[in-house]
Amino acid sequence: MAGSREKTTEAVITGAIRLSGVATIIFVVLIFALLLRDGLPVFRYTSLSKFLLGRDWQPLSGVFGALPLILGSLLVTVGAVAISVPIGIAAAVYIGEIAGPRVREVLKPAVETLAAIPSIVIGFIGLMLLAPWIKQVFNLPTGLTALAGSIMLAFMAMPTIISISEDALNAVPKEYRAGSLALGATQWQTISRVVVPAARSGILAAVMLGVGRAIGETMAVLMITGNAAVIPHTFLEPVRTMTATIAAEMGETVQYSAHYHALFAIGAVLFLLTFTINLIADLALQRSRR
Amino acid sequence: MDRRVAQGIAFALLRASAFVVVMPVLLVLYFLISRGWSAISWGFVTQMPSGGMTQGGILSPIVGTLYLVTCTVIIALPLGVMSAIYLSEYARPGWLTRLIRLAIVNLAGVPSIVYGLFGYAVFVLLLSLGASILAGSLTLALLILPVIIVTAEEALVTVPQSFREASLALGATKWQTVRRAVLPNALPGIITGAVLGIGRAAGETAPILFTVAAFYMPNLPRSIFDQAMALPYHLYVMSTQVPNAPLRVQWGTALTLLMIVLGMNLTAAVIRARFRRRKPW
Repeated sequence: MAGSREKTTEAVITGAIRLSGVATIIFVVLIFALLLRDGLPVFRYTSLSKFLLGRDWQPLSGVFGALPLILGSLLVTVGAVAISVPIGIAAAVYIGEIAGPRVREVLKPAVETLAAIPSIVIGFIGLMLLAPWIKQVFNLPTGLTALAGSIMLAFMAMPTIISISEDALNAVPKEYRAGSLALGATQWQTISRVVVPAARSGILAAVMLGVGRAIGETMAVLMITGNAAVIPHTFLEPVRTMTATIAAEMGETVQYSAHYHALFAIGAVLFLLTFTINLIADLALQRSRR
Repeated sequence: MDRRVAQGIAFALLRASAFVVVMPVLLVLYFLISRGWSAISWGFVTQMPSGGMTQGGILSPIVGTLYLVTCTVIIALPLGVMSAIYLSEYARPGWLTRLIRLAIVNLAGVPSIVYGLFGYAVFVLLLSLGASILAGSLTLALLILPVIIVTAEEALVTVPQSFREASLALGATKWQTVRRAVLPNALPGIITGAVLGIGRAAGETAPILFTVAAFYMPNLPRSIFDQAMALPYHLYVMSTQVPNAPLRVQWGTALTLLMIVLGMNLTAAVIRARFRRRKPW
């Protein structure tokens, strides 16, 4: 029978487990609270509209207009999405619906390997091989451009898009396919008009998580987008993203200076963006499970 | 258009897409091996960097990364496994569980540079740990927590319900049941998660930028309160911050890092595959 010591042990451990269970919630709240604590003081030096819509980012002169950085992140992400969404979904359809088991056994580890390559290595490859190639092909002064960032980010977002889309396709009941084929539809008609539409919530979640991955990516874009904090007009110009700005400038700031607070405010904007994106993805996934 | 022709064209495009995804993996591996392999030698991995880091090897970044991932796993594993035990053994469906799952998804989606900011503000400044292995490991531990929780929970829920019922029927308490009947059977899955977490932590740069990473250190770190060099940061420094850094060192560092990270992923895959085959139930 359980003695009193055993009962105490049981109670202590159960308490610890319950606390660990909610730890993730605590961490998310703590991260956001801290970003606000160290980010909000930037509004002692500037206003919200000047911060979000200001066209000049000159931290050394105390001018904190984050618009070029926000647009830089958006441009690079839009480019990455334009490349990775169609290719990623198509690859997921191929892996999930068409490829035989042998081909699948090659493709799935390849996608997992792509996901595992550290972003610094992707950035290094981009710096060494992609940027010089872009410079030559488009005859530019530098290959370190939004385009280089978009291409590299596209490949970093693809594994997320593929694996979650594939899960969504797998979750479509077999009867749907059988019903469509029995009516005389070809396999492609079945895929394009029955299976993919049935999996659309899960595919939406996959796209959102891919977008989140692209917006949050730091080291690769820091290395290959050229780091010019000016409002970008085309994909063939250097840009600077929000993430790259934090990575490049935080090391040089004085603790609790205006610049320090400005970088934390950018961190808070990033957190809110990815939080919203993940929330939408999560809701879409919940819907697709039902 | 004839629908068979349409299907032929569509399938060809889909196949091409899958090829486009695989191609960069092969390209990355090809270039890293062809340009980095000749740089890697016994001396390269056992000598300290010297001559303004243009000569010598990469021993200190390798050792720094090993220290970092070890501390990270020591911190993240107990917390992650307990959190997974809560979700699989204690939690009932409801708003709290739903909120926890949402938090895990969000923690996994927080940009790595935001972890860097958090670690800098909390561990380096607020808790006065300074830039140190401890501060860097605490930051990385937060980052890999979702990986560990998700894989550990997957392993726990695959342990058959009958194991728990048998243990409880013998008079064991809930915790005794979890510890003696459930955890041992989930161990391979938990180790898989830890190994995946190590691979992830070894490759991350942004979270360690302001929390631990040193540009250059003449000595190896002596305690967890020292700064350390790290492989991913060393690659960043050598490829962007040191003018005329020898290409040999850059490609060699990149290949070493990739081998460690992919080695961890391969190990995790092997453990998982063996476990599946040998499952006793």
